[in-house]
Formats: sequence, structure tokens, C-alpha cells
Amino acid sequence: MSGDWPLWEVFVRSKGGLSHRHVGSVHAPDAKLALAHARDTYTRRQEGVSLWVVPSAEIVASDPAEAGPLFEPAADKIYRHPTFYDIPDEVKHI
Amino acid sequence: MPSLPPIRPEDEAVAERARPGGAFDAPGEGPHDAARTDYLLRLGDDALILGQRLSEWCGHAPALEVDLSLANLALDLVGQANHLLDEAGGGDGDRLAFHRDVLDFRNCLLVEQPNGDFARTIARHLLYSTWQHLLLQRLTGSSDQFLAGFAAKAVKEIAYHRELAAEWTIRLGDGTDESARRMADGLDWCWRFIPELFEVDAPVEALIGSGIAADPRSFEGEYRASLAAVLDEAKLAAPADQRPILGGRRGHHSEHLGHLLAVMQYLPRTYPDARW
Repeated sequence: MSGDWPLWEVFVRSKGGLSHRHVGSVHAPDAKLALAHARDTYTRRQEGVSLWVVPSAEIVASDPAEAGPLFEPAADKIYRHPTFYDIPDEVKHI
Repeated sequence: MPSLPPIRPEDEAVAERARPGGAFDAPGEGPHDAARTDYLLRLGDDALILGQRLSEWCGHAPALEVDLSLANLALDLVGQANHLLDEAGGGDGDRLAFHRDVLDFRNCLLVEQPNGDFARTIARHLLYSTWQHLLLQRLTGSSDQFLAGFAAKAVKEIAYHRELAAEWTIRLGDGTDESARRMADGLDWCWRFIPELFEVDAPVEALIGSGIAADPRSFEGEYRASLAAVLDEAKLAAPADQRPILGGRRGHHSEHLGHLLAVMQYLPRTYPDARW
């Protein structure tokens, strides 16, 4: 039965002010029941205050085969990290 | 030598009213104590038996997600039963749950009906949780502090039960030919147990009078209208009203309850000192 249902990605906001985080996925026939299934599967132990469900088919993902060109060039650019720079002692509150 | 004080007529009257084994120091029974305990048993047994029924789905539901949904509903109800039976049993709800025989159970007949297929389980849950939600909404204003506090907490759980049961009723009714047929069959099976939910007998009448119990007759119209709206959206016709079946509140149960209790009570009765 659940094999006939589309897959939905579930995002939970654990408390006010924090971002929604991806926690897993559920099968459900439509959006409303996807929310119910997400609630029953992922927030049984007070894990969240807000839920998003997104049809998995709507997620556009990067290709793992292209991980090299996409992500490796960032590896040797340590000057992009704020910790690369020495902060003068006179500068406060940074 | 000091002698015992004489026994006065008023002392004899107190002794007459004492519980079996009761002491003079024990608080006397209030005018509604017996009826109140009976009312707690009715609500507690409803929750316990329906919770047990739903838990039978665990590992057997049509989908993993539905398995979890039904187990959650069951756990909500068992938790409610725990509160209600503890209150009815002076802190020992387990004794009431596991050491009473079938004739002493006060649940309505609807909740003890077998699960059938998923659609019949949903039909049963729609009929019961809609009633339970309307009742709990009113019990939040009970003059009984325990019942008002209990209702305030449980009403949120049951609002979700009612919503989920309605959503599934709509999807099955307005789904495939097979799901619509099964949903209609499930409603047909359960429909004759509705009148019992609105029955008011003398003990409950007295509790309504003192503001402890909620009067189900006050929301029967709302209940019927709510079901009609769900069935309308589900493109299903309401089954015809059948001859009502009553008796659960007085311990007259269908044969199904005995089988349920045999499973539920087996362990604590066979191993009375078991701990888990």
C-alpha cells in the first residue's frame, strides 16, 4: 500500500527561532496525510514545534558524480574563513 | 478504671455508612461517590478497551506510517485510561484493568467491536472520537476538579484523533471502488452502536445535575451534523438508523470483549508478581 504512495521529505523546527532541519521521509497519499504521518513518525517525543513536508520528487539535488568540480575548489581557499584573519587587539566586539 | 465511652445512636449511624473494613477516621462517602466512580469507569474503560483494540494493529497496519499512527492513538488512549482508572481505583488502576471480569467493565459496545479491516477501524474511531471530543470539550467545565483537569489535557489528543479519523474516512470513501465499499461496510457495522453513546441513565443524570458529568444529549445534534459533513465530503451515505443496542454501561457486553480481556489480562493474571 505505502509503495503506491509518493515519498515526502520531512523537516522539523525543534524550537522557535531555529531553522527547520531535515529529519527523514514518509510515504503518504497526499500533503495533509503526509503532515499527519510526519507528526506521528518524527514528533512523538516533543521533537518539534513546526513541520514541513515537501514532495521528494520536487527536490533538485546536485549530482554526486560532480562533487569534485562543485566542492573541492573550496578546500584550499582558507582565506574564505573568518578565522584566517588576525583581528587587531584594538578591535572589540567582533 | 476508665471505661470505654458509651456507643451513641449517631455512632451507630456512622458505622452503618462506613465502607467494608472502613474506620471511623476515614472520610465518609459523598452523595455522588458511587456514581462518580461508575462514571470514571465508563470513561476509563472506553479508553482502555479502544486503546487495546488499536494496539492489535501494531505490526499489521497497511503501511509502516499507518502502523505508527494507530499505535500513537492507542498510546494516547491507554494513557487516558491510566489516569481515569487510577482515580476510580484509589491509585491502583492496574487492578481495575487486569483483575476485573467482563461483567464489571463499563465501556460502551462500540469500542469493543473487532478491528475488521482498516476501514472498519477508521469508522469505529470516527464515531467514537467525534463523540469523545465533544464530551471532553464540555468536561473541561466540570465542577469536579479531577475531571476538568483530565479533560483539559485529553481534549487536545482527541482533537487530533477526530481529525485523523475524518481525513481517512474522506480518503477511503472518496477513493477507489474497493476503498469506498469497505468504508461503507465499516460504517454499517458500527452505526447501531451510536445511540448507546447518548444514553443517559439515572446515575449519570444525577452527576449531570451536580455539574460533574457532561450531558451527551446536549451535543447529539452537533455530533450528527459533524458526521454528516464528513460523510458528505467522503461521498458516502449515512447508514440507516438500526435498532439500537445498549447495555455496555451496565456490563452487558458482546462476546468480543471477553476475548479481548483474555489476551489483555493473561500476563498479570498468570504471573501476578511479574514486574516489567
